[in-house]
Amino acid sequence: MIKQEYTITVYTENQIGLLNRIAIIFSRRKINIASMNTSPSEIEGIHRFTIVIHEAEDVIKKLCRHIEKQVEVLKAYYNSNDEIVWQELALYKVSTEQITEKVKVERLLRKYGARAVVIRKDYTVFETTGHREETDGLLGVLEPFGLIEFVRSARVAIINDSRGFHEKLKEFEHTEPGEDVVENEYLDKQDEVFSM
Amino acid sequence: METLEIKTDKKAKQKARRLTGSAALLEAFLSEKVETIFGYPGGAIMPIYDALYDYQDRINHILVRHEQGAIHAAQGYARASGKTGIVFATSGPGATNLVTGLADAQIDSTPLVCITGQVYAHLLGTDAFQETDVINITTPVTKWNYQITDANEIPSVLAKAFYIAASGRPGPVLIDITKNAQLQEFDYEEYEHIEHIRSYRPKPFVRKEYVAEAARLINEARQPFVIFGQGVILGQAENEFKNFLEKSGIPAAWTIMGMSAIPTDHPLGVGMLGMHGNYGPNVLTNECDLLIAIGMRFDDRVTGRLDKYAKQAKVIHLDIDPAEIDKNVKATVPVWGDCKETLPILTSLIEKKSYPEWLKRFKDYRIEEEEKCIYPELHPKTDILSMGEVIDALNELTGGNAIFVTDVGQHQMVACRYAKFNQTKSNITSGGLGTMGFALPAAIGAKFGAPDRTVVAIAGDGGFQMTLQELGTIMQTGLNVKIIILNNNFLGMVRQWQELFNDRRYSFVDIQSPDFVELAKSYKIAAQHVSDRPVLKKALKEMLDHPGAYLLEIKVGKENNVFPMVPQGCSVSEIRLS
Repeated sequence: MIKQEYTITVYTENQIGLLNRIAIIFSRRKINIASMNTSPSEIEGIHRFTIVIHEAEDVIKKLCRHIEKQVEVLKAYYNSNDEIVWQELALYKVSTEQITEKVKVERLLRKYGARAVVIRKDYTVFETTGHREETDGLLGVLEPFGLIEFVRSARVAIINDSRGFHEKLKEFEHTEPGEDVVENEYLDKQDEVFSM
Repeated sequence: METLEIKTDKKAKQKARRLTGSAALLEAFLSEKVETIFGYPGGAIMPIYDALYDYQDRINHILVRHEQGAIHAAQGYARASGKTGIVFATSGPGATNLVTGLADAQIDSTPLVCITGQVYAHLLGTDAFQETDVINITTPVTKWNYQITDANEIPSVLAKAFYIAASGRPGPVLIDITKNAQLQEFDYEEYEHIEHIRSYRPKPFVRKEYVAEAARLINEARQPFVIFGQGVILGQAENEFKNFLEKSGIPAAWTIMGMSAIPTDHPLGVGMLGMHGNYGPNVLTNECDLLIAIGMRFDDRVTGRLDKYAKQAKVIHLDIDPAEIDKNVKATVPVWGDCKETLPILTSLIEKKSYPEWLKRFKDYRIEEEEKCIYPELHPKTDILSMGEVIDALNELTGGNAIFVTDVGQHQMVACRYAKFNQTKSNITSGGLGTMGFALPAAIGAKFGAPDRTVVAIAGDGGFQMTLQELGTIMQTGLNVKIIILNNNFLGMVRQWQELFNDRRYSFVDIQSPDFVELAKSYKIAAQHVSDRPVLKKALKEMLDHPGAYLLEIKVGKENNVFPMVPQGCSVSEIRLS
């Protein structure tokens, strides 16, 4: 199986130590985490991890099962890039002098849709959001003009065909789970599963 | 004093009482029907031990000699009784000494609740005396762990701990309690058992159509083969499994952890799987047309080389842990769920059958193995005893009713190959982790867990020396545990590999031992040496008939090998008989 980029979305309880529990699932298998973001979700008290991994699908599937096995994890999904909308944010610190002197720089910043966050005499901080290629693109063209500092955030992503977690959580709160909650990827794929 | 009030006045029970965190912990234990704790005190757990002083009449605390001994004893207790094992240890070194046992319990799915003391909350992260980050150290080797810094959390966290440890696929839970929380007084209300945590699904939903599909494959199969593991025992599904087996008529082999789930002489039981398992089950894994795996996890010691494992067969995998499905071997039909629920459904859907010709193939392989491995092991040509004949004599004397607790190495493989068991939960061994030093403390725990059964620890001279301090625990508790040391003056399994794969370059496997008999005597434990065949049975009988603990050191052949063997990296069908 070929390796590609996958985004894992994990819904969890908000508990100290859970980040470590999830992180060691990857490090134990010597798998590098390309990016990881934790944030609140659409539901109060439920946390959402967004983890980006470059791996083969069968590996990702096993990782998700191990993540879901953790007591405080409600659900883990994995998606390829065409199944999600995602963004990363990047900050660039450039010498203000350079920008005012060189018209070209300003044109580049406009082209990449960068927005000034802070303007000081000595430096200016720009911000862009977008896919990796976009934030990387601006990084590449700014470098020759004395880029002072650069930082990029982890990916945040929304799954295209997800209806959110509200309904799922209600199911989880029942003592006897419905079929929905205990779904597995075999559901409705009987023909594929049962064939050799 | 508070506890007296509860017994006499039911109304008072409803009201909150002022209790310390330590007393609340022990109240929680009483509510969970804890009978036995294995532990060792120390600075950071002193308030709990102080509270325990008032509970001695209701909870039995066993003082071990090392925290590793405590946790292995709790494992032995859990494996023999089916209940959750309880451990107390202090912070720092006390807690780190638990790590091996936690890893062992995690990989062998043993339910444990371990309580560690911790420094005061305000000292956390200051490198205080005996402070260690036990939560982060134990995260990879626990099913769940949690640090309590406020006594108010104790009842609810304990309820969670007991529920998580024993439900679903069981495992070890560690609760770290800071000293201030142990001392803190708070309003203790009624202890409430937990049976639901919203983010935790101990049992996957049983999909009936998948069970039906599994039944269809079974009904169509011509050479089906059942392989089963500890899941049958942990799920208390021995009867359900037996019914399934007897209706299906399918030959069945056990993993080391599944052994004793059915009597070893069951007509459909064809023996043990794996590296030192029986000949037929290994070879015929690669000839069956349907492999039905029940409560087992396809460990590499069972499968050998994976890309040559049962490639011709369709695979049905019954397991309670969804993460085990497709982990090592791809399932044609995955049956997620507790086998106590799924097996009866499966049994109702299959036809009653028998496979006399297929079963005969197992028997034919058995005959060959008898001739080339078993007979020579049980009837050595020399005067020097073999490990196999010791186990064989022991079977005869115990009638298959004893619990054998084995250590790790050659003696473990020989014991598991030759042991005969009539009852479930009879084979207690460190299967997944392979922890030398497991047998002696685990046997102590097993005896507490099953006081009416004969418990025999079987260890090698190497492993025994790793935890021999627990002889002190036996001395102090007056426990009736039988100990056999099969002494070959070598670290035998490593020596065997060095002989077979490293041109007999015996690198640091020549191990010297103390006089085990004198050692036992210094602990007031009766003991003797045996090295002669004519007196072997008599000595074993003396050991079993002795009213208390007894250590029997048996000198066996120095360079005997365990066969059959699937060499590492080879397919199960490449199993060697010599």
